[in-house]
Amino acid sequence: MIEYQKYLNQEVQQVKPSGIRRFFDIASEMDNVISLSIGEPDFSTPYHVRQEGIRTLEKGKTWYSPNRGFMELREEICSWMQRRYGVEYAPKTDVLVTVGGSEALDMCIRSLINPGDEVLIPEPSFVCYVPMTQMAKGVPVVMETKAENQFRLTAEELRSKITPKSKLLILPFPNNPTGAVMRREHLEAIAEVVKEHDLLVLSDEIYGELTYGNERHVCFSSLPGMKERTIVVNGFSKMFAMTGWRLGFAVGPKEIIAPMTKLHQYAIMSAPTTAQYAAVEALRNGDEDIEYMRSQYDMRRRLIVDGLNRLGLTCFEPEGAFYVFPSLKKSGLSSEEFCEKLLYDEHVAVVPGTAFGECGEGFARISYSYSIKHITEALRRIERFMGRL
Amino acid sequence: MERLLQLLKENARATSDQLAVMLNTTPEEVEKAIADYEARGVIKGYQALINWEKADENRATALIELKVSPKRDRGFDEIASRIMAFNEVESVSLMSGGFDLAVIVSGKSMQDIAMFVARRLSPLDGVLATATHFFLTRYKDGGVSFVDEETDERRDSWSD
Repeated sequence: MIEYQKYLNQEVQQVKPSGIRRFFDIASEMDNVISLSIGEPDFSTPYHVRQEGIRTLEKGKTWYSPNRGFMELREEICSWMQRRYGVEYAPKTDVLVTVGGSEALDMCIRSLINPGDEVLIPEPSFVCYVPMTQMAKGVPVVMETKAENQFRLTAEELRSKITPKSKLLILPFPNNPTGAVMRREHLEAIAEVVKEHDLLVLSDEIYGELTYGNERHVCFSSLPGMKERTIVVNGFSKMFAMTGWRLGFAVGPKEIIAPMTKLHQYAIMSAPTTAQYAAVEALRNGDEDIEYMRSQYDMRRRLIVDGLNRLGLTCFEPEGAFYVFPSLKKSGLSSEEFCEKLLYDEHVAVVPGTAFGECGEGFARISYSYSIKHITEALRRIERFMGRL
Repeated sequence: MERLLQLLKENARATSDQLAVMLNTTPEEVEKAIADYEARGVIKGYQALINWEKADENRATALIELKVSPKRDRGFDEIASRIMAFNEVESVSLMSGGFDLAVIVSGKSMQDIAMFVARRLSPLDGVLATATHFFLTRYKDGGVSFVDEETDERRDSWSD
C-alpha cells in the first residue's frame, strides 16, 4: 500500500473542502426535493449566442485561440467595458480571456502574492478566495461584513485589518451569498483606504450586470486613481447564462495582466474556442438578453424577499446577484441545523450561511434563480416548516 | 404596467398580492390596473391552458384556411363576423399570404369538423375555397411546452 498522504502537497491538504457539498449529497438521495441552492442562472444561454457557437462548430473552427483570447473578443470586451462602465482598456495588453471568472481570480492571486503577503477578504463571500490565497502561500485576512451594514464592506472594517503586510484587497460585489451591492459612495470610501495604504484590488464583478433598483453597478476601476490599482474580473456565466461554456476575463494594468497571461499560457493554454466565438455574439447583440433576465430575477427577488420577511426570516433587500441571505434568528436554530431540518422535514434545500465563512452563522443562502412557480412552492413549504417550529 | 400583462399571461391565477410584490406596487394598484385593462378590452378574459390529449376527452381541432371574396364596403369583416358566430369556432384571423381567413375549429371528432366545414363554412356566401388541416400533436401552446415536464437539469458543481 502506498502512503499517498506523504506525497501530497501540504498546502492542498490544508485547504478545507467546500461546506456547500454535504447538503447536496443528502439532497441527491431524496425524492421531491425543492432546491433553492443552485448558484447559476436557470435560463439557458440566449439562442442567438448558442447559434453562433453551433455555426462555428459546423464550420470546423475547433482550434486553439491565442493564449490571451481571440483579438476580436478582447476588442469586444474593451468596448463593452467602455460602454457599460466608462473605463478604457487596451485589447492588446490589458485583457486576458480565462476559463471562467474563477481562473482569472486564481491567476491574479498567484501573480501577485508572495509568501506571507496578506490578502484582505470580506466574508461571507464565495468560497474560493481563502483557498486560492493559501495555495499562493499568502495569508488570508478575513473581514466580516454585517447585516446592519447591508453586508457592505466598510472603510472602518478594512482599516482595522490593515498591517504592513497587507497587499491585496478582494472586492466581491455584488456579493454571493448576501446579494450586497457597494454603491458609488461606499466604493469611494474604500478607494480612499486603498490609496492611503498602497493596496491593490481584485474586484470580482461577476454579478455586475445583475443589480436591481435605479442605481446600476459601478465598476471599481472607474473610480479616480483606481484603474492602475485594480484587476477587474468579470465573465459570461452570470450575465449571459453561460456557466457551462466556462468563459471569463480579467482586465487591468498590463504589468499585472502580463504575468497572469504567462501563468495562463502554461497552465491552461487558452480558453475554449467555441465559447469565445459565442461570447463575441453575446457582447455585440446581447444587451436585451441581459435586460430580460435581469427583470425576471428582479420580480423573483421581490417575491422571495417579501415571502421570507412575512415568515419572520428577515432579510435586508439584496440589490445584486440572485441570492437572498435571510437571518434565521426566529427559528432559534443554527445555520446547519436549520438547513438540515428544512431539508429532512420539507425537502427544501438551501445552503447554510456558514459555507461562506464563519460569520455566515445565523443565516442561509437562498437562490432565486428558479421559476416563480418553484419559488412559490418552496415558500409554501418553508411557511409550513416555520409554523411547526 | 406592460409587465403586469406579461405576468398575467404567464399565470392568470397569480394573486394581486403576489403581482404587487413582484411589480413593486400595491395590491390596490394592481387591481385598479387590471380593472382598467378589462374595461378597455385589453384583457379579454382568463382561460386555463389545457392539454386535451391528457384530459380524457374526445376532441379534435383543425386549422381551416379560407379563401373568400371581400365585400365592397365591409371588406372581410362581414364574412368574418358570420364565421365567428358559430360555437365550434375558436378563433378567426385575417391573414397575409396565400389565403385570407385562418379559422380554428374544435369538435368531438375529425368527422364532426369535416361535416362542419362541408355544411356550414363552405356554403357561406363569399367562401371560395377551404383547406382543412387537423392538429395531430400539440407540442407547445400558449408559450408552454405540452410534451416535456419542466425539469431542472442543473446540477450543483459542488456535487458529483
